[in-house]
Amino acid sequence: MPFIPHTEKDTEEMLEAIGAPDLDALFDEIPKDLMIESLDGVPDAMSEMAIKRLMQERAAQDGAPMCFIGAGAYDHHVPQAVWDIATRSEFYTAYTPYQAEASQGTLQTIYEYQTMIAELTGLDVSNASLYDGASALAEAALMAVRGNRKNKSGRILLAPGVNPTYEKVAAVIAGAQNITFERLEMDSVTGNTVADLPDDEAPVAIAIQQPSFPGTLEDVDRLTDWAHERGAFVIGIVNPTSLALLKAPGHWGEAGVDIACGEGQPLGVPLSSGGPYFGFMTCKQKHVRQMPGRIIGRTTDLDGQPGFTLTLQAREQHIRRSKATSNICTNQGLMVTAATIYMALVGFHGLRSIACRSHQNTARLVDGLTALDGVERLFEGPYFHEVALRLDRPVGAVLEALSERNILGGFDLQPMYPDLGNALLVCATETKTDADIEAFVAALGEVLAEGNGRSA
Amino acid sequence: MSELPGDLMYTSEHEWLRREDDGSISIGVTDHAQAALGDFVYVELPEVGQDVESGGDMAVVESVKAASDVYAPIDGKVVAVNDGLSDDPETINSDPYGEGWIVKIEPAGEIDEGALLTPDAYQALLDEEEV
Repeated sequence: MPFIPHTEKDTEEMLEAIGAPDLDALFDEIPKDLMIESLDGVPDAMSEMAIKRLMQERAAQDGAPMCFIGAGAYDHHVPQAVWDIATRSEFYTAYTPYQAEASQGTLQTIYEYQTMIAELTGLDVSNASLYDGASALAEAALMAVRGNRKNKSGRILLAPGVNPTYEKVAAVIAGAQNITFERLEMDSVTGNTVADLPDDEAPVAIAIQQPSFPGTLEDVDRLTDWAHERGAFVIGIVNPTSLALLKAPGHWGEAGVDIACGEGQPLGVPLSSGGPYFGFMTCKQKHVRQMPGRIIGRTTDLDGQPGFTLTLQAREQHIRRSKATSNICTNQGLMVTAATIYMALVGFHGLRSIACRSHQNTARLVDGLTALDGVERLFEGPYFHEVALRLDRPVGAVLEALSERNILGGFDLQPMYPDLGNALLVCATETKTDADIEAFVAALGEVLAEGNGRSA
Repeated sequence: MSELPGDLMYTSEHEWLRREDDGSISIGVTDHAQAALGDFVYVELPEVGQDVESGGDMAVVESVKAASDVYAPIDGKVVAVNDGLSDDPETINSDPYGEGWIVKIEPAGEIDEGALLTPDAYQALLDEEEV
């Protein structure tokens, strides 16, 4: 049963109606050298029963390990109600509303999402979301270049703690528009941006990640003021959970950041092997016309009843075509629905206790791990729920040995930050119990005692 | 349709040009353009001192329906922008040929009037568009 609604006869009639000889003719714009003649790597079709069996076996291979990896995606508890509500057909089947105002429920959900994200980040306005944290940084960079018209350099400085993957994605998306990214130097003691900031040509913007990718807390006030004194925009990349404890980017320094963005996954979106997630973006009111994506506003209809509507859509791609603020300005509607329900369900106090518990668990984990021989903290200073540790041997083999004990023991920082040596980034969210933490400490103790990786 | 001012030059992009006493050229959008685009809500102006090239974008006028580029009709340098439009963009709707001017350009050399439209030629273009 192919589940394809039209018959061969339908196809022939449609081809005849448009005057195309066959289906291949519809793709003749694609150069021949980009086409693959056969798909050798793809095996023959299997029956539904066989494929289901295979997938169950593959899934079982993953096991159910305990996850102490953070590095951009976090293992938080997602209350059952979040996806029970988000997968109701009214939400689940609605894609981006093309007849927007007919979908008042969808618009109201996005409006409530925008309100909560704007409040969390301490800024005036939010869009309806972007693909993920990495593409949100790319869009923030493009937005800063559009908004800061006095500076034509296209040069964007990144604090050393900006997620290196975000930089790669942003360079691919924004690079074609002559935007360049340069990293500020890292202080090897604190893991943060060096004290002596360069005094060269002013950048168009600076992006600061808080907490930093290696888990440290930057002096965001200093960096924000330094950038603003030089006429640069400030982009704050933040973890939404952390904002229940840390200063919101809208309040960094004298004036606050211009744009905040980040990965929304911690707000009710499961890890799911890496996606789909969603990116969020908020900004000061004065930059709203440069913000990409959809913005929902509240208004009153002809009868004076409250209602929701698309605002500022004159700059979206269906109207502005190639001159739109962004041409990937869809939003992650379903993920945002889940995040909205999550935020409404846990509330600010709930988010604060999730953040506190995550911090306490991480502190307990770090105390336990650093009591082991051959494990110490890599940087001094406070942290949120992630900490970089230095091991006395390469991290890769240690992580492998831990995974055999059903523990995902953290993220190996070295490939991204070669100068840091044997650096392991660990995270314990509110999902971890004391027993889980003790089990991880005991397992790492065994692995190190067995000499795993020492000769490598 | 109201009468086109006879002392202006026009473009097929529905912009008008006026030669000022100081030699600069004021530029705005025509009554037809403002009527077609609807109520203006925002105008993005260029920087004073910025060089512009004929055919390149110079400003953006945004109405409730669309955001549209304003193209530079001549080569030159921006010598003034109508800052009042930032607070009252609808001035373009109410007085497109007067208070609703958008930028003043100091032309680089002689203006190629052959590339612009006379009031009659612009009126003919409008008549044609209406058909």
